[in-house]
Amino acid sequence: MNALTPFGPLRARATVRSFSLATAALLLGLLLLAVLPRTVVAQGANAEDPEASPVWQQLRASLFQQRPIATGDDSQIGLEAPVRAEDAAIVPISVSTRFEQTPERHVRKLWLVIDNNPSPVGAVFTFTPDSGKADIETRVRVDAYTHVRAIAELNTGELMMSTRFVKASGGCSAPPGKDQAAAMATLGKMRFRVDGDVRARQPVLAQLMISHPNNSGLVMDQLTRHFTPAHFVRRIEVSYAGKPILTAEVDFSISENPNFRFYFVPEGEGELRAEVVDTNDLRFDTAVRLQPGS
Amino acid sequence: MGARDGTYLRCLVAGVFLASALAQAADSDLPMHEIAPGVFVHEGRHAPWGEAANGDVANLGFIVGERCVAVIDSGGSPGLGEALRRAVAQRTARPVCYVINTHVHPDHVLGNRAFEANGADRPQFVGHVRLTAALTARAPAYLAALEREFGVTRDAALIVYPDLQVADRLQLDLGNRTIELRAWPTAHTDNDLTVFDTATATLFAGDLVFAAHLPVVDGKLLGWLEVLSVLEGLTVDRVVPGHGAISAAWPAAVAPQRKYLESLRDQVRAAIRAGRTIGEAVASIPSPDNWLLVDEFHRRNVTASFAELEWED
Repeated sequence: MNALTPFGPLRARATVRSFSLATAALLLGLLLLAVLPRTVVAQGANAEDPEASPVWQQLRASLFQQRPIATGDDSQIGLEAPVRAEDAAIVPISVSTRFEQTPERHVRKLWLVIDNNPSPVGAVFTFTPDSGKADIETRVRVDAYTHVRAIAELNTGELMMSTRFVKASGGCSAPPGKDQAAAMATLGKMRFRVDGDVRARQPVLAQLMISHPNNSGLVMDQLTRHFTPAHFVRRIEVSYAGKPILTAEVDFSISENPNFRFYFVPEGEGELRAEVVDTNDLRFDTAVRLQPGS
Repeated sequence: MGARDGTYLRCLVAGVFLASALAQAADSDLPMHEIAPGVFVHEGRHAPWGEAANGDVANLGFIVGERCVAVIDSGGSPGLGEALRRAVAQRTARPVCYVINTHVHPDHVLGNRAFEANGADRPQFVGHVRLTAALTARAPAYLAALEREFGVTRDAALIVYPDLQVADRLQLDLGNRTIELRAWPTAHTDNDLTVFDTATATLFAGDLVFAAHLPVVDGKLLGWLEVLSVLEGLTVDRVVPGHGAISAAWPAAVAPQRKYLESLRDQVRAAIRAGRTIGEAVASIPSPDNWLLVDEFHRRNVTASFAELEWED
């Protein structure tokens, strides 16, 4: 938080040519100082108490009702996000579950929530025991200073949450993409990347890249006075050898060119396959054949 | 004295200092230098847009012809635009006929509002053919930031869109003085426009050229390097960068920028090849020396470049 923010209104008038106005500015400045400490405390409380967020209180009630949610235990579920969004259009987020995924106890669903975005539920991921690790890494847009949360639901019904506070960056950094024409030109191109040794019955790290502008539909075209239609990736299904390993219901909080890193456990030879549907019902798919070593 | 009282005291001292700085600013005009006959430039401060008084961080300029004046970038707030408008009026009685924006960033466009006069005196606003779309997409973020950082009440009319769009090249006549506008492929942003004053061979490069202030990638790193190659080949007497000192030594002046962008490209490519995540690349690629605002923009550049370069074949 820029500590000088409360002085903004005064600085905006800095070019007024009048000594008496400058004197008034001095007095007003001193007046503002009197209320400054309280303002700082209030903002600090907002940043430090994720439970106090009004958006979260509403979401919690509608998604999880009165069910208990374990918080503050990063030994179970970890969330990594930068303290400051260096580029508001591309904020890397990674979630890691720190216990083994077994048929008896595994993460079934994972919500990624960005409280102060226009649509706070950025993604809902579904895992299976074949995911190996319920870890996910992606990139999101961040509209404003906000809490970011990962809430995991286990097959046992347990809920656990990890939260980070992300500060939006300065004004040069805005959520829209960098080259709108280019983004449309390559729409639907997809790529898998699988690094390292692929071994049977061991979690393998894979990356799925989808070329898509992921337009929010919240931007008004100044010439037509119409909103640019929303056009974003809505659903992703990843399978290996015909078995589902990850599905994701996502929205425009996910950055342009959606990118996901995740794990899966191959039993034997098979095809890693992704099917993607966007809000215009355009469908894209890609696949790569893998031959795990033993 | 408790910790809280200590905070009070520090705030008070800072407040008095700020207030006296304000009183000084209130009595001074926007400093302008006539860098060539009829070519005036105001050098912005090296600071992030939201942290400088009036958003005064970009270089602003104007060119005076026999008929009228072209303003090149209007400043980072309506207040700064107003100061620039007065600075023009103090130096010439001729009207402003064009307000040209070199690209979408707030420190270059948010003073436009001050030049919107009624009736026949309204200048034409000029930008890259993709400026309208880029500005539209950022307008809500800019209005929110103007309010948050400068206390300017939100008003959609504060964002002034171009009337005249440049897809490739355009010549404008200021009265016996021609300026040449050129729209570029995606580089610093996807809507970069340069202005060349033929009378004095002065190039206003916008943020395609940075001096001292670390270059910021908000378009396409590889595209920017290509555009730089073309700019380096131009015959000009002086270049006004978007940020930093005006230079006559061209293309030597842009060598540090090329070096930084190439090193950024090479290091990000290496991180991608090594299978690093975007976050790991941001944490591991070292900051460059000899630039200002590295803490504010280097990690951002790594982030944006990574998202671009991971799609390379």
